[in-house]
Amino acid sequence: MQGLLAIWGRELKAYFISPIFYALSTVFIFFISLMFFSFLQQYTQYFMQVAQYPTMMERININEMIMRPLFNTMSFVAVLIMMPMLTMRILSEEKKSGTIELLLTSPVRDWHVILGKFLAAFTLYTAMIGLTIIYPMVLQIYGDPDWDPIWAGYLGLVLLGGGVITIGLFASSLTENQIVAAVVCFGAALILWILDVVAESMTGTLGELVGYLSVLRHYNSFEKGIIDSTDCLFFLSFIFLGLFITVRSVESTRWRG
Amino acid sequence: MIEVKDLTKKYGNFTAVRDVSFEVEKGEILGFLGPNAAGKTTTMRVLTCFMPATAGTARVAGFDTFRQSLDVRRRVGYLPENVPLYLDMRVRPYLEFIAKIKDIPSRDRRKAVNRVIELAALEEVEHRIVGHCSKGFRQRVGLAQALIHDPDVLILDEPTNGLDPKQINEVREVIKSLAGDHTIILSSHILPEVSKTCERVVIINQGRIVAGDTPANLDAQLRGSQSISAQIRGPVGEVMDQLKKKEGVVDVKTRSSLGDGLWQYEIDVVPGRDLRSEVASSVVGSNWDLVELTTAGMSLEEIFLELTTQEEEGD
Repeated sequence: MQGLLAIWGRELKAYFISPIFYALSTVFIFFISLMFFSFLQQYTQYFMQVAQYPTMMERININEMIMRPLFNTMSFVAVLIMMPMLTMRILSEEKKSGTIELLLTSPVRDWHVILGKFLAAFTLYTAMIGLTIIYPMVLQIYGDPDWDPIWAGYLGLVLLGGGVITIGLFASSLTENQIVAAVVCFGAALILWILDVVAESMTGTLGELVGYLSVLRHYNSFEKGIIDSTDCLFFLSFIFLGLFITVRSVESTRWRG
Repeated sequence: MIEVKDLTKKYGNFTAVRDVSFEVEKGEILGFLGPNAAGKTTTMRVLTCFMPATAGTARVAGFDTFRQSLDVRRRVGYLPENVPLYLDMRVRPYLEFIAKIKDIPSRDRRKAVNRVIELAALEEVEHRIVGHCSKGFRQRVGLAQALIHDPDVLILDEPTNGLDPKQINEVREVIKSLAGDHTIILSSHILPEVSKTCERVVIINQGRIVAGDTPANLDAQLRGSQSISAQIRGPVGEVMDQLKKKEGVVDVKTRSSLGDGLWQYEIDVVPGRDLRSEVASSVVGSNWDLVELTTAGMSLEEIFLELTTQEEEGD
């Protein structure tokens, strides 16, 4: 357990020493601010237009018009685009510098090493996402957003991110080249993203199966503010499976040398 | 302390280590000698539980490296060939991190770090970033890392690789001072290195052990079947005939002509006998000139070359 915590701590420090985390979070916040501003702009314009029709006014919803598209953008930018860059170095670097030999000959279990690394990336990702809480707070000042769907959205974002971190972790365990790890992670995540579209073109059981595997479909219900145990279970098993195959992958490097 | 039995390790179709067996007693320093790619690193990696063996067993301090891996790892300090350093960390925090993953309880951690900093003489650089340290200091940080949990067994893969002569001496002194309390295996492809630090040497080539003994015995063993080298001025045919008749001489060969009737001869003799005086009196008795007479002794270097090249021809 001490080993796991040590690896978690060292990994977090390594992120703060390297410029990558600062670069990523700056770009992320800048981009999300821009998007928030334009969603807000659209909302106010729309509000002006329909202000004269009381029946339409009831259908206007700050959560639906600002927070939901914002969650959608965040999932796209933070998870699909940025996660490969956040996770690419996590094992590749150790393989390249030879420090993996140190970790794997220390009295720390393989899965403690992997879990420590996962938690470090997860902590950073959560912190990055956490910064965006400022937008619903701004809405709170000037409007009256419903906080329950917002919390659900954040839960979905955290679970989705956790899942994609394990993809990055696995990709990083395959190679000592960080760029290759990033490309593999991005490719795999992109496939999971478009499964939704693929599923729609399929019929019957296959379509249902592919649809179930689509991460977006599960994530979308969180965006809508629905916390369904099926979706939670989906992401938790996704994370577990990702960690499991990463541990196996590291074990297989031991055999192959 | 260390027992290796019929150890075999394959990478796909390539056999890196073949049926290697050896033992190391407690407190002994064993030198692992061999050319590059002989299987030294692979054997060490099995011993440190970095990778499992394809066949055979390895036991360290009574624990099996495969089934009781964590028990072994707690008792082994390992310095890989590429020193495993996080270049962006400072020396002291790096060692503190190692202390944590080596399972040193928090109350002893500070003491352990201070101990190895003193042992490896790192006081000067303890607050420096590892990546900014010189090669010599990095190697010593690596050594400190291997020693931090005061392991029973130390496995050092080419510990003096790439150091200058002064640094080599310093590292060698540290290693020697550790013998007794620690059982040490160190590998090298540099011979004086091994003959100076180790009590026993195992020569490994193409995955097999080709010889194993103390440096002195290895020397004697091969010197036993040694030859005498002589420079004699005289008729070649007669000289050879006369020398061949001598008791104890196995074979006589001419090496090269040195001009003016002077030839370099190589006289193979029966192991364990020194025939220099007999050869001398015989040559002088025949009124030939004896210009030079020496035993062609083998340095560890030559033994090494001999053993490793023989093996290649055998394949």
